[in-house]
Amino acid sequence: MAAEIALGCVAAFFAVSVLAIALSRISLATPIVYGASLVISAAAFASALAHLAGDGVAAMLALPVGLPTIGTQFRLDALSAFFLVVVNLGGAVTSLYALGYGRHEHAPMRVLPFYPAFLAAMNLVVLADDAFAFLVSWEFMSLTSWALVLAHHQEPATMRAGSIYLVMASFGTFCILLAFGVLAGADGGYAFATMRAAPPTPAASVLAAILVLIGAGSKAGLVPLHVWLPLAHPAAPSHVSALLSGVMTKVAVYGFIRIVFDLIGKPTPWSGLVVLTVGGLTAVIGVLYALMQHDLKRLLAYHTVENIGIIFIGLGLALAFRANEMNWAAALALTAGLFHVLNHSIFKSLLFFGAGAVLVATREGDMEHLGGLIHRMPQTAVAFLIGCAAISALPPLNGFVSEWLTFQAILVSPQLPQLGLKLAVPAVGALLALAAALAAACFVKAFGVTFLGRPRTPAAEAAGEVDPLSVAAMYLLVALCLATGVLPGLVIDLLAPVAKGLVGDVMPRQAGVPWMSIVPIAQSRSSYNGLIILAFLICSGTLTAMTIHRFATRATRRSAIWDCGYPLASPAAQYTGSSFAMPIRRVFGTIVFHVYERVDMPGPGAMRAGAFRLRVFDPAWLFVYGPIARAVGAAATRLNRLQFLTIRRYLTLVFCALILLLVVVAAWR
Amino acid sequence: MALIVELALQCFQMMLVVALAPLVLGVTRKVKARLLRRIGPPVLQPYVDLWKLMHKEAVIAHNASWLYRVAPYVVFAVTWVAAALVPTYATDLLFSWSADLIALVALLGTARFALALAGMDVGTAFGGIGSSREMMIASLAEPAMLLIAFTVALVAGTTQLSSIAAIFINVPVGLRVSLGLALFAFVFVAIAENARVPIDNPATHLELTMVHEAMVLEYSGRHLAMIESAAALKLIAYFSLIACLFFPFGMAAGDKNATALGVGLVAYLAKVLLLAVLLPIGETSVAKMRVFRYPIFLGGAFAAAALAVFLLFVSRGF
Repeated sequence: MAAEIALGCVAAFFAVSVLAIALSRISLATPIVYGASLVISAAAFASALAHLAGDGVAAMLALPVGLPTIGTQFRLDALSAFFLVVVNLGGAVTSLYALGYGRHEHAPMRVLPFYPAFLAAMNLVVLADDAFAFLVSWEFMSLTSWALVLAHHQEPATMRAGSIYLVMASFGTFCILLAFGVLAGADGGYAFATMRAAPPTPAASVLAAILVLIGAGSKAGLVPLHVWLPLAHPAAPSHVSALLSGVMTKVAVYGFIRIVFDLIGKPTPWSGLVVLTVGGLTAVIGVLYALMQHDLKRLLAYHTVENIGIIFIGLGLALAFRANEMNWAAALALTAGLFHVLNHSIFKSLLFFGAGAVLVATREGDMEHLGGLIHRMPQTAVAFLIGCAAISALPPLNGFVSEWLTFQAILVSPQLPQLGLKLAVPAVGALLALAAALAAACFVKAFGVTFLGRPRTPAAEAAGEVDPLSVAAMYLLVALCLATGVLPGLVIDLLAPVAKGLVGDVMPRQAGVPWMSIVPIAQSRSSYNGLIILAFLICSGTLTAMTIHRFATRATRRSAIWDCGYPLASPAAQYTGSSFAMPIRRVFGTIVFHVYERVDMPGPGAMRAGAFRLRVFDPAWLFVYGPIARAVGAAATRLNRLQFLTIRRYLTLVFCALILLLVVVAAWR
Repeated sequence: MALIVELALQCFQMMLVVALAPLVLGVTRKVKARLLRRIGPPVLQPYVDLWKLMHKEAVIAHNASWLYRVAPYVVFAVTWVAAALVPTYATDLLFSWSADLIALVALLGTARFALALAGMDVGTAFGGIGSSREMMIASLAEPAMLLIAFTVALVAGTTQLSSIAAIFINVPVGLRVSLGLALFAFVFVAIAENARVPIDNPATHLELTMVHEAMVLEYSGRHLAMIESAAALKLIAYFSLIACLFFPFGMAAGDKNATALGVGLVAYLAKVLLLAVLLPIGETSVAKMRVFRYPIFLGGAFAAAALAVFLLFVSRGF
């Protein structure tokens, strides 16, 4: 039944998409489309959640279209149900936000038809149960999101982002296509059920795992395949950015989990090591680059890269444990990764909503031109602050819980037999701690420069609070951040059937643990209790406030800024985002960044203005994509000659290609 | 009845740290003054200072937001909870399982987050410089701190502070190289986190050298009192952590009768006071560092902690 409801929701999304085109001349199109998307997403969310919490038996459904022999297969198991929950939760809240935010769109018809189709595509990817359906919906997801990225196509930066995104998306799909080819083998069993039943040879499984890591990793944003992400995500309208960053990257994670954990079967320890290391490096490089950004949305997009890294650390650990038959530890690591999937979709959507609100209120995305918004947008400021605290992994909010679970999984690693893994895992743990600490620095900067201090421009001075629907969407997510942070046991228990299906074991059941604590492993005595921590914080805060009000004087005087006696009236004298990041830029600068700093200080007596120029390059462009682009250009120049051959030569080429293919097929059989 | 006793013991620990924190600060200042051949303020001076600050009017800049006024309460409350969750005189108190070592580090991170934001609220250059440097130091100290947690957890088999202390008391773990390295790294991290010499100077108001003091430059009156007592609480939390993780002897680990609790309390007071004497001795024997030498200092801590972890991976006997 649940599978039918999910597919019915997909059909309804498509219907809304068509309706949006029909309504193109009506001004009410925006509320109708987003309202309908909200209702459909909420229904799909409720149905998937019920399926996940209920029996969780895989529901199958086949449509008689698609590949001739297998048709189109759909399957709703626990993993799909969990990702449907994530996708549709994000979809529902984003639609609610867009009910308010969408009114500020100056060309709504560039967004409205694609928006429901994008949601439908993400649902379809999660439901697909054969390679053809998976790839078609994956590519459909890429194309609809590409159209959404190009909504503001007049800006040159958006055009560039769109073309880079298109290239990277095609490349990713290409890799996944090859991975399916390897898994299906020469007989071409493209249904997932066939692949599951026939485990690949070790060589094929390694090849397929690498191809999926590249293919799904390029969509999710693993370093060095992340370069499109900080360009494309901020270019879209903010509610679409929230979907791209908060939800679509999770669909990519789903693709990775589905193929590597489910279809390939038993992994090798080294695949775990590779995923783990890539995850750790992605986390640190993502957050370091986020720290260097001064565009709020781009900072958030780079931060998505970091969180994807954290998720992949969990997945890599799960692979390593699974390869060594430590299924209980694999369940812990997988649950940690999936918990972070849910958490990141919640707080990243929240932060993008906040950034969108700032953009609407000030028409300014560069935080060096903002400041002081806490006075002018008090409700957005509170919501954004809680999002910042959650993403910085501060207790008692939800980001901390998933990182804590990941750390607990890392602590099991001494029991791994491989020395390489034993040494790599604590190093990755240190990388994770570094990423968490840098994330806190990054969000002190993001919140401090944007919302605190004095306004740096008239636009920031004149900002006002956004509409109530947008604010409501933000507070819904704030409530979720807090709820999953203080009651993590509920989420962990919900994830039990997913872990059971993928690694064959589950974390200890949390519902029976006294005081609603969570315990990672039955035999360890580690535990964490967000609820008690929150209760303690409330108690000690209240006690402190009461003591202060009882014993201290309440006398308060408003006065000018003190600043050691030398306050400067100009808001330009404040710390900016770049100056905030300067110590970290200097500490890590020689290793990670390509920083170009030029100070032009006039000598004594000179009357001209001084200048400071700072440019930060992403080394991925210099070391990976620059050489590739040059090689492609050189090859294209060489191949130009092929355009001017005689008909005889063309026929010879075709003949040779045919022979070569036949030889390959014969050799493969 | 048993529950009430348990609850009372937990509350006593909570009150103990908050009452003791200014005294520890006073002892540190007194010893430091004596080492510099000054007489120094009385040991109880921090209590008097706090009382005085609480009765002065709070001067707040015109453009300060609610965050500026709320932050001291958040910082104090969070630090207090963190300090109260470290086992001091007894293990296995009622709520000792609600946060482990990792959660404790993260709680202190919450306090730092709030304080760094407060430093940026008014929009001054000093506040920004303090916040920015504080976050830089934290980002260097936290990986080292986590590897220390790994080391201890690998030896004890859990990250739960109370269980770690109980294991170290009851099971003879002996003198271990890894724990020695972890202690070495922990002292470095504690110095950096508590803004002591050579990372920061708590006594200075010399503009460009300060970190913590720059962040809280605008604060006055009761708000400053809260922040100062939060800093004292953080110091005692780190002292308690050293006592609990590395020198847990004397702590009441079995059943909680009056004698065992009394011994535990005396041992705890002795350990904390000893650390309060040792800290200024260390401080007066080194000079304050330049800002961009911090990575070397904390890199040393990180290297020691990493070495401890890797030794444990080579052999559980180290």
